[in-house]
Amino acid sequence: MNFKIPFMKYRKIAAIASLILFAVSILSIAFRGLSLGLDFSGGTLVELTFKETIPLESLRVDLSANNYEDFQVVNFGSDTDVLIKIADVEGNSSIGDEVFDLVQSNYPETELKRIEFVGPQIGSELRDQGGFGMLVALGMILLYVAFRFQYKFAVGAVVALAHDVVIILGLFSIFTWDFDLTVLAALLAVIGYSLNDTIVVSDRIRENFRSQRGINPDEVVDLSINQMLSRTLITSLTTLLVLFALFILGGELIKGFSLALIIGVLIGTYSSIYVVANMLLMFGINQEDMAIPDPDEGPLDDMP
Amino acid sequence: MVLLIGILYSLPNLYPAKPSIQATYANSALAADQNLYDRIENILDSAEIDDFNIALIDNNIAVNFNSLDDQLKGKSLLERAFLDEVIIALNLQPSTPEWLKNIGGSPLRLGLDLSGGVHFLLEVDIENAVANRLESALNEFRKKFREDRVRYVKSVNTGSAIIFNFDSNDDYGNAINIINKDNLAPSGIIYDLALDPINNEIGISFSREAIKDIRDYAVGQNLMTLRNRVNELGVSEPIVQRQGSDRIVVQLPGVQDTTAAKKIIGKTANLEFRMEATPTTSRLRKETFEFKASEFTTAELERTVVVSGDSVTNASTGFDENGFPQVNITLDMQGGRSLQKATTGNIGRRLGVLFVEQKTRSEIVKNDSGEEIIEQTQYVEKKIISLATVQAVLGTSFRITGVGNTQEASELALLLRAGALAAPMKFVEERTVGPSLGKENIQLGVRSIIIGLVAVVLFMLFYYRWFGFAANLALISNLILITGFMSLIGATLTLPGIAGIVLTVGMAVDANVLIFSRIREELGTGTSPQEAIKEGFSKAFTTIFDANITTLIAAIVLYAIGTGPVKGFAITLSIGILTSMFTAILGTRAVVNLMYGQRNLKELKV
Repeated sequence: MNFKIPFMKYRKIAAIASLILFAVSILSIAFRGLSLGLDFSGGTLVELTFKETIPLESLRVDLSANNYEDFQVVNFGSDTDVLIKIADVEGNSSIGDEVFDLVQSNYPETELKRIEFVGPQIGSELRDQGGFGMLVALGMILLYVAFRFQYKFAVGAVVALAHDVVIILGLFSIFTWDFDLTVLAALLAVIGYSLNDTIVVSDRIRENFRSQRGINPDEVVDLSINQMLSRTLITSLTTLLVLFALFILGGELIKGFSLALIIGVLIGTYSSIYVVANMLLMFGINQEDMAIPDPDEGPLDDMP
Repeated sequence: MVLLIGILYSLPNLYPAKPSIQATYANSALAADQNLYDRIENILDSAEIDDFNIALIDNNIAVNFNSLDDQLKGKSLLERAFLDEVIIALNLQPSTPEWLKNIGGSPLRLGLDLSGGVHFLLEVDIENAVANRLESALNEFRKKFREDRVRYVKSVNTGSAIIFNFDSNDDYGNAINIINKDNLAPSGIIYDLALDPINNEIGISFSREAIKDIRDYAVGQNLMTLRNRVNELGVSEPIVQRQGSDRIVVQLPGVQDTTAAKKIIGKTANLEFRMEATPTTSRLRKETFEFKASEFTTAELERTVVVSGDSVTNASTGFDENGFPQVNITLDMQGGRSLQKATTGNIGRRLGVLFVEQKTRSEIVKNDSGEEIIEQTQYVEKKIISLATVQAVLGTSFRITGVGNTQEASELALLLRAGALAAPMKFVEERTVGPSLGKENIQLGVRSIIIGLVAVVLFMLFYYRWFGFAANLALISNLILITGFMSLIGATLTLPGIAGIVLTVGMAVDANVLIFSRIREELGTGTSPQEAIKEGFSKAFTTIFDANITTLIAAIVLYAIGTGPVKGFAITLSIGILTSMFTAILGTRAVVNLMYGQRNLKELKV
């Protein structure tokens, strides 16, 4: 397939769209915050399977009667599966067992699926570690891309990644989806994935700047994106295929994970087309930036 | 070649795990022996169990069965025969053939989210341990100052430092000399001093090295105690490991009753120090106990517990002035105070130490419908491990002499340590996964891998035809390599790990897509088919390499910050990236060469 879509004609519109999305996400994260999952918030979670559908309200009454405050009772995946979440500031690790005993005394045939307890200090540690890890990953990628390409590409790539991550976080905040460790893992995988796309496009832009003489940067970027478009679409498509398999079949525990990745792949595909290219053109990238310092292009390029 | 190795090491995963039973003596001091082996064999032989396989491995006996029914039957038979003498644990034993085992092959280990079980994270309270050590140091220095006639006016323990105030400059100077004399350990100085010559005040706190030593000792000691307790639970393949500087991870696959597990793991004290009863002690206030070493000797102890095991911070062996073995015991400040109070005015009486164990007694009883069932009752067993005469008023550190030979002394020290925790611990994280959820997760995971794989394979075939076929072969060998490699390095498979594999399946074709679109472009510029294939592979390489390295960076960061399941994801993702680069480039090339290499092509469809 040969595409000839004048992407760069619409780059201003794309830039504005990106900025709006980015701003909305930042605002939502700042004011609404993220609905932190158990891993980060700390507390206790009990998942139970009942023999038959039972009214959640009666469970809530039971819990209130036993002096539990600040809890949530929701169905999880099916009518008979119930998830009870109890916020806990004290770090009392036996709440889960107590709640299970309580429910079992009223519904003896209840089956325990899982209990999770995360102490408050672990929650805050995981939060810090997660944020720190994200920054380290971005920093290392910046260095690698700067080393292999050129700083303009590196800044472009990192801006694109930050764009993707912030927008996914924004969506999780707007829709109050649970943000837990698996979603964080998905975010880092998105960083890897989106970067993959970005590098492939950047690589082609660099090559075309070197081989195509006498056309302006806008055209070079357009040509490169079009050349890579079928590849970008196919890879996104195969990745989305498996992600949808995971989202639909993988069970409740990794719904958030696959959701974050699906959004990430969609946004990553968009950002590798528009955000990076936009940044490069904004920086006024030109032929000189692509000058080859050494005819051999360094040792890595010579590997088979 | 690499693919063959991959297949070889992923083979063990195809052999189903066999139901088995693990038998160990309840008394952890006894290792399983030929005697137990013969007895188990006899019991099982006389039952109607078709085929079983019995082996003596390390300290336990493993019996493999052909069916779950046989396993359960065997378990109940053995339980009836041995009652409390032997712990019988149900287990799944990998049925990896001998030749595969010999080259290091073993099936993937499943994470708790797939196998079901309990995960605990405990935190050791280091501050408490440090404060206790400071209290011991405070008492030591007070004693030394008194002995050397150094007069202090005030001494306090703030929890992070001890502070001495002196009246005169001389005392202040002498005190510094005394402190410095003892201020050296193998790892460096022990105390950091904050000197205030104007007010004649000395602040003593532990140096960083000393705190590190205390932490290592406390965590190491608690780790050992936890291992002993976990062994009491009779779980197969438990994990008890240090995590980070002051945390301990306990993983018990297959255990469902968390409350019971927590009770045993979390119990603090299993030592009791009590004074021996005098003939005049009223009968209501004394109890009779057996000695642990011999059931037939007993002694009467008072009912009042002077000090319990959670006050014992250390117990070690040493030698007394005459060269006889002794056991040195260190208590925390609270324990020291209680012991001081109890021994004041009681010099010449004897102090007993009781070792407390949670035990289960099983009995065969008839239930209402007349069936014989095993009834289990929990009880606490207390036995005397030491009874020694008090020769002075005791405090935070004291010694027990006359403990027999060196071996007996070290056994007593070991028992004391096993009954104590060097520092208190608390549960900071707990995850329990029921067996049904574990099985469900495996099913869901495997199903999404298969559906995802089929979707991608069909798409590639449809879009790229023969080249797609080559890419699909690479994809499948990639899956085999991931499994093989993970089995080889003994990585644990978790649910997010499965997600990582699924993701790899989606992303792995990327390299091939890049190569194929390159080949198309080369063909478009009029290059000959063979040349286009060659160029396509070599030109796409740099791009693939750069793109994958950056993803690998993200995966490695993820591994570094992640815990448990997320680490599992990072592992499969990293391995997937490496193997997919390998199969997509070399593997596909080999297949493409096989298909097109010999022919002189006029036309090439990509």
